[in-house]
Amino acid sequence: MLLVPCPHCGPRNSADLTLVGETEPRPDPATTTPAEWRAYLYEEHNPAGWCRETWHCRLGCGRFFVTERHRGANRFRHPPLGASAGEPGEAR
Amino acid sequence: MSPQRLPARPGEVIDRRRPLSFTWNGRALSGFAGDTIVSALAASGCRVFSRSMKYHRPRGILTADYWDPNTLVQVGDEPNVRGGHRLLEAHMAASAQNAWPSLRWDAKTLTALGGRALSAGFYYKTFMRPRWLWPTYEKVLARFAPGGVIDPESAPRRHDKRYAHPDVVVAGGGPAGLAAAAAAGQAGAAVMLVEHEHAVGGHLRWDGASGRAAASELAEAARAAGVEILTDATVAGRWEDNWLAIVERAAGGGPERLIKARAKVLVVAAGLIERPYVFAGNDRPGVMLSQGARRLANLWAVRPGSRAVVFSANAAGDAAAADLEAAGVAVEHVDARTGRTVTAAEGRRNALERVVLSDGSRLEADLLVTAAGWTAPTSLLNMAGVRPCYDPTAARFFPAEPGVSEAGAVLSTGGISGDGTLEAHVSHGEATGRLAAARAATLAHRLRVATAWAAPVNGPEPPLVPDERTPLGRHRHPALFCSSTDGMVDFSEDVSSRDLRNAAAEGFDSVELVKRWTTATMGSAQGKLETVNTVAVLAEATGSTISEVGTTTWRPPFAPVTLGALAGRPFEPVRVSSLHDLHVAAGMAPISAGQWIRPEHYGEPQAEVRNVRANVGIIDVSPLGKLDIQGPDATDLLSLLYLNKWRRLAVGSVRYGVMCAEDGVILDDGVTGRLGEDHYLMSTTSSGAGAVEVWIQNWLQTEHPDWRVRVTPVTDAFTSINVAGPRSRTLLERLTDDVDLSPEAFKYMQVRRGTVAGVASCVMWRIGFTGELSYELHVPAGHGPHVWSALLAAGGDLGVAPFGLEAQRVMRLEKGHFIVGQDTDALTKAPTAGLEWLIKLDKEDFCGLPELRWALDGEPGGAPEALQRLVAVQPTDPAYVPPEACQIVAAGPGGTERIIGRITSSRYSPTLERSICLAQVEADHPGAGTQLTVVDVSGRRHRATVMADHAHFDPEGGRLRG
Repeated sequence: MLLVPCPHCGPRNSADLTLVGETEPRPDPATTTPAEWRAYLYEEHNPAGWCRETWHCRLGCGRFFVTERHRGANRFRHPPLGASAGEPGEAR
Repeated sequence: MSPQRLPARPGEVIDRRRPLSFTWNGRALSGFAGDTIVSALAASGCRVFSRSMKYHRPRGILTADYWDPNTLVQVGDEPNVRGGHRLLEAHMAASAQNAWPSLRWDAKTLTALGGRALSAGFYYKTFMRPRWLWPTYEKVLARFAPGGVIDPESAPRRHDKRYAHPDVVVAGGGPAGLAAAAAAGQAGAAVMLVEHEHAVGGHLRWDGASGRAAASELAEAARAAGVEILTDATVAGRWEDNWLAIVERAAGGGPERLIKARAKVLVVAAGLIERPYVFAGNDRPGVMLSQGARRLANLWAVRPGSRAVVFSANAAGDAAAADLEAAGVAVEHVDARTGRTVTAAEGRRNALERVVLSDGSRLEADLLVTAAGWTAPTSLLNMAGVRPCYDPTAARFFPAEPGVSEAGAVLSTGGISGDGTLEAHVSHGEATGRLAAARAATLAHRLRVATAWAAPVNGPEPPLVPDERTPLGRHRHPALFCSSTDGMVDFSEDVSSRDLRNAAAEGFDSVELVKRWTTATMGSAQGKLETVNTVAVLAEATGSTISEVGTTTWRPPFAPVTLGALAGRPFEPVRVSSLHDLHVAAGMAPISAGQWIRPEHYGEPQAEVRNVRANVGIIDVSPLGKLDIQGPDATDLLSLLYLNKWRRLAVGSVRYGVMCAEDGVILDDGVTGRLGEDHYLMSTTSSGAGAVEVWIQNWLQTEHPDWRVRVTPVTDAFTSINVAGPRSRTLLERLTDDVDLSPEAFKYMQVRRGTVAGVASCVMWRIGFTGELSYELHVPAGHGPHVWSALLAAGGDLGVAPFGLEAQRVMRLEKGHFIVGQDTDALTKAPTAGLEWLIKLDKEDFCGLPELRWALDGEPGGAPEALQRLVAVQPTDPAYVPPEACQIVAAGPGGTERIIGRITSSRYSPTLERSICLAQVEADHPGAGTQLTVVDVSGRRHRATVMADHAHFDPEGGRLRG
């Protein structure tokens, strides 16, 4: 089980949190088009690389926070890995 | 009594002063404490332990350890016990599995190896057609399924779980693992060492006096370093960030326990597993691996045979020959390194009589020991992303990157990593342990500074120590997999080398396909004995190399885990209101609603309805979600969450609101009261309380972090009581003196705060879910039982009585109030439920605004959907209540019928003395008076009529406004 670095609680089992989804700006409801709005609601980019994600620390502090995860290597950018740890792609 | 038991031998693990009696297939036998089931049976002269899965061939000891595919036995009510591993207990009742009528004479035996009747893919080819016979095939095949018998009467066992957070977990307690654990412990790490067998030491335990001495020295060092040593336990799986599942088979003598460990560094020191050699008759009882023979002779003082041929390609085989000679066995040594190989093991029925060699010579023997090579059980490393890589010189797979993965959090040492002397392995293990401890310190630091506030106080990160271990060597080993004859590759699944070659000829050229077609490597050993032979046979058959073929993917679990241990104990919270004991005393019929236990009724729900309509009733609605919302931006928050407007709601009034998700689908509904200028009390549905709170927090934290508003869940802070019925005002007036309850002063949809039965700070709001004049009281939870009892005591002459959830559901249906999740589903947008009047498109923003605008306006360029519509429906037959979820159909093209909707709620209304429903039907069918056809589960048709209004009863609402 992945360790998710909650900025308030520290690393916690991913089962304690909920992955809300990719962090994307909400289109302006006044001007948005069906295509744009539904892309925002339903389309995931799911890159095999770094992805901005919103997590909810459901069983911990209850905070929503944004973090970056490498979806290929399943690693978080935080806590900041020192240069010695290497990039997630290289670590495998 | 035990004809094969040798006189006392140094290093034996049995206690001859403690004999244990047990039975085998009903026959009384005896062994010693320290025996396994198999060693005790072997000492008693037993040669056949099971019948094979498909051909029911007799099978004897192969490895005499946990992975032995031939010695799975039934013990009492426990099936599939690993007889080579499970320790003997007094009065154990063991029996053979998969044999009928007896182990000696099995009726299902098919003696021809690879008999065409059950060749690879036989099931797929034979039992496909005709399709209508599938149920029959299933019954026939079930009778042939291997394995023991489950006793449904067995007493349930309670399995615990443990969570552990060691710095370093070492998987494997052989010399390298022990050395690594000790070194990591000495360096200050918290270390857990997990050993598969009943004692640490690995192969040193059966490797002579010097080996035993080294083992106890290493174990002592590990203990002295504070290492927690688990025996009879296995690291069964490894997931992200070293999340480990450790199965502890006999945790403190209790049932199997699962340890979930979060290790900073995992050291894999799983050693090597000996590989069988494939030749004709290699599954005949009397043919065993060198480790099996050595274990029997040296650990349990059992003579595995009297006249042995030892086929040896390595030092372990040579040692087995020496051990057998020392045990008084006549040994013929066949050295594989000279090019001689075994081609057949022959004999009559269940016995080995002769060994045929490649040079044509035939040797009389009742025991054939093979030492043909090793398999590195790299599973745990593979689970960490390390690929196994074949080295033809050493004739085995190695981890592709020894000791590097997951930013250095997984290391390997010992036989998996390479060859060498005992000193070399211990030294490599120690270096690995020191490296593991250092890396654990670095990783621990990273975890500590992961919180923003902790970063400044923990100092700089210890540098990640580079891997500067001197790698272990690799010794040359003959590549021995399959002889010139065909034999068994997978003993537990009865897959022969011929089956594999046939599969290759049929076009299954990838190892993953061959595995699934033949089921090779899918049996009880899960590939530990047979994977590499499978790969080698396939490589030869397809004219490729072992490297090119590669291995199948090794997945968790490494060792089996019982379902009970995985399940653990269920911890499901149950919630009850403060009035629960009063409900029980009043004889409630309980119903579980989500986590809540609630009164469904107190005897007769229909009477409860009539009493509310005629007099007054009280219901416990405490599970209603309640959120206290305060702050200058509270009104903006409500406007964002709800479809309707909140700015002009006066202090002292309540309003009904519906929330939609961003796709326009109804999320929740409820009443919110304005208690002050910047202070609201919001109620949600009981089932939606948790989700709504998270939903609100998400909006506040991610979209509007600048808003000054606090949302506090107060569901459990209040006991909520709805007082409903024409006499509710009279009842409440008797208990309230600081709130003017007159219709002019306290109107419908208003909120007051006051004292009820002496309890101050009660919130009361006038609403009408039941359709009657009613007051919902939110009482500080500790005073709930007092107020409830006071209401009942004060209204005796008014006919007050409690009513349950069922009566409330009937009354709300009479009034046509929908329930979110019951009458709406994940596709029900607000207009479907007839909520157009609530949707205020002129608001700047609210959740779901764009979707609802398009739904109301007609989406530009979009195809018109067959939108559903929520309507009230009355069956023509007033006595017929269609079950909920019944389909509603209409004539379709070509005389067919088409589903156009469904009944979402239905009850018999005691008020109207007829059946009433809510239904979702296609939007072009809902006009008042439309005749519908409802189909019940037995297929019968019933007529029903669409009503003009959702409310079946009092559509004008005169009663609740009174």
